Amino acid sequence: MAWFLRKNRNITTEQQLREMPDGLWTKCPECATIIYRKELEENAYTCPKCDSHFRIGSSKYVDVLIDHGTWVETDRQVRSADPLEFIDTRPYKARLKEAYSRTDLPDAVTTGTGAVHGVPIAFGCMNFGFIGGSMGSVVGEKFVRAGRRALDQKMPFVFISASGGARMQEAALSLMQMAKTSAFLSELGEAGLPYISILTDPTTGGVSASYAMLGDVIIAEPKALIGFAGPRVIEQTIRRKLPEGFQRSEFLLEHGFVDLVTHRKELKKQIATLLTHLMSGKS
Amino acid sequence: MASTTTLEFEKPIVELESKIEEMKALADTLDIQPQIDDLERQIEILRSEIYRNLTRWQRVQIARHPDRPYTLDYITHCFTDFIELHGDRAYRDDPAIVAGLATLNGRHVMVVGHQKGRDTKSNLYRNFGMPNPEGYRKAYRLFETAEKFGLPVICLLDTPGAFPGLEAEERGQAEAIARNLKLMSQLKTPIVIVVIGEGASGGALGIGIGNRVLMLENAWYSVIAPESCSSILWRSWDYKEQAAEALRLGATDLIKVKVIDRIVPEPVGGAHRDPVAMFQTMVETLTEELDALCKLSGETLVKERRAKFYDMGVWTEA
Repeated sequence: MAWFLRKNRNITTEQQLREMPDGLWTKCPECATIIYRKELEENAYTCPKCDSHFRIGSSKYVDVLIDHGTWVETDRQVRSADPLEFIDTRPYKARLKEAYSRTDLPDAVTTGTGAVHGVPIAFGCMNFGFIGGSMGSVVGEKFVRAGRRALDQKMPFVFISASGGARMQEAALSLMQMAKTSAFLSELGEAGLPYISILTDPTTGGVSASYAMLGDVIIAEPKALIGFAGPRVIEQTIRRKLPEGFQRSEFLLEHGFVDLVTHRKELKKQIATLLTHLMSGKS
Repeated sequence: MASTTTLEFEKPIVELESKIEEMKALADTLDIQPQIDDLERQIEILRSEIYRNLTRWQRVQIARHPDRPYTLDYITHCFTDFIELHGDRAYRDDPAIVAGLATLNGRHVMVVGHQKGRDTKSNLYRNFGMPNPEGYRKAYRLFETAEKFGLPVICLLDTPGAFPGLEAEERGQAEAIARNLKLMSQLKTPIVIVVIGEGASGGALGIGIGNRVLMLENAWYSVIAPESCSSILWRSWDYKEQAAEALRLGATDLIKVKVIDRIVPEPVGGAHRDPVAMFQTMVETLTEELDALCKLSGETLVKERRAKFYDMGVWTEA
């Protein structure tokens, strides 16, 4: 999460606008091209004209990446509690309730198993539309459970991040999910199973400073915002504007913090090829 | 100890103290000893009342008190034969994290901690205790050294956060912290963490995974500082007190949700009021913790440490 100032955190209107609408025609927010739904689906929810990657949630990523008919969702019943009875301008419970009804999602992460071009994997994907993809106890627990399935069934683990960071309403418990998920990845690593981390727009704060940056291979989608502190916080710290493209995927590639920047249309094939390489010693 | 900074809620105490000082100056010529004794009794009552009922925000202020002992104070007074080790072997040395070899009660250890400065000059040098990636990478290197030579690790946490700067991002602040979290989860040597002041978010946790996590009575530890929480959730800097309450960032809060294992008591009024007593408590506490942990095998230490963090979090399952 952004540690000092992130004013946009709970502006749902912006998130709603940027999420994929379900209509027949969609206007690209970058170049204003009108795109027919079928074409958008075939393009893995990227603009055919300007390559802009739309923010999509877990169900669409399952469509894009997982072989048809192989997807089994797991642990949907794991839900956020309100252990601290957190109230700011609104109670946390009310925020959760609204998020459930608005998104029909179980929390900021969806997990399960499936196959990628025939390679079975344990899979997790974050939902930015659910309270900014924030990581609380549920995200940490489901990450570990999904990863443990990979461990038990000797499968690779693939995880897509999209998050503003740790969920403030669970305070120190959210912070500890960074420790919990990273501790699990040390265990998975000892078993020699690959963990591929995919970074999408945005991946910041506590998520970037834990499991997102710990992939054996780290793939970023083009132009995704990836960093520890949010851009506004940094601008306040250094008192000047940030350069164009700062903290974007291509910037991280240049600075050596991601392995690849991959267009969403190529993602599935690339994951499958990577996994075939990485799992070759196992058979 | 004479304090240079008086916090708002300490004022009644300080007023009484100065009154006593004045009276003591007159005690040679006037017979007012009974009145002085009476005032001193009053002060004791007042003190225990005030400090027993501190709000979370007031504790945050104690945790940030400019006279509060910092990592190097503990290192100087609790340890012997300290040799500071510098640098991440890749970019530079980060003065916001100090680390080195030392002896605690006859036991050789690796000690790592955030370091704040006490005045403008030292604060600029220490970057206000806000580490850059090279600080975390220095810690990483020395954690590996500790494991290699079978030394237990002690980490002292006291930071307002990892530095949110342009170069810090360029050099991979997130990656540096993430890698430490993973390494600390697999280190086959005992790790004891003590939150001695401010435990702000990932910047603190970046050297904060241990078999035992201890916290000083007036320290705070959370996902975000109360001011920043106020500015994000309330969209104003004015709700820091409410934010501190909502975040449940105190030691007594965190032991309930098992984020920490043990509260280390401070002298009445905070560690800065009686540092000598604080150092003594620290030596005894750390020795006790290490005595227990050093009996365990490397495998057991790793297994137990992981299990402890796997257990963190609260959720429901219908």
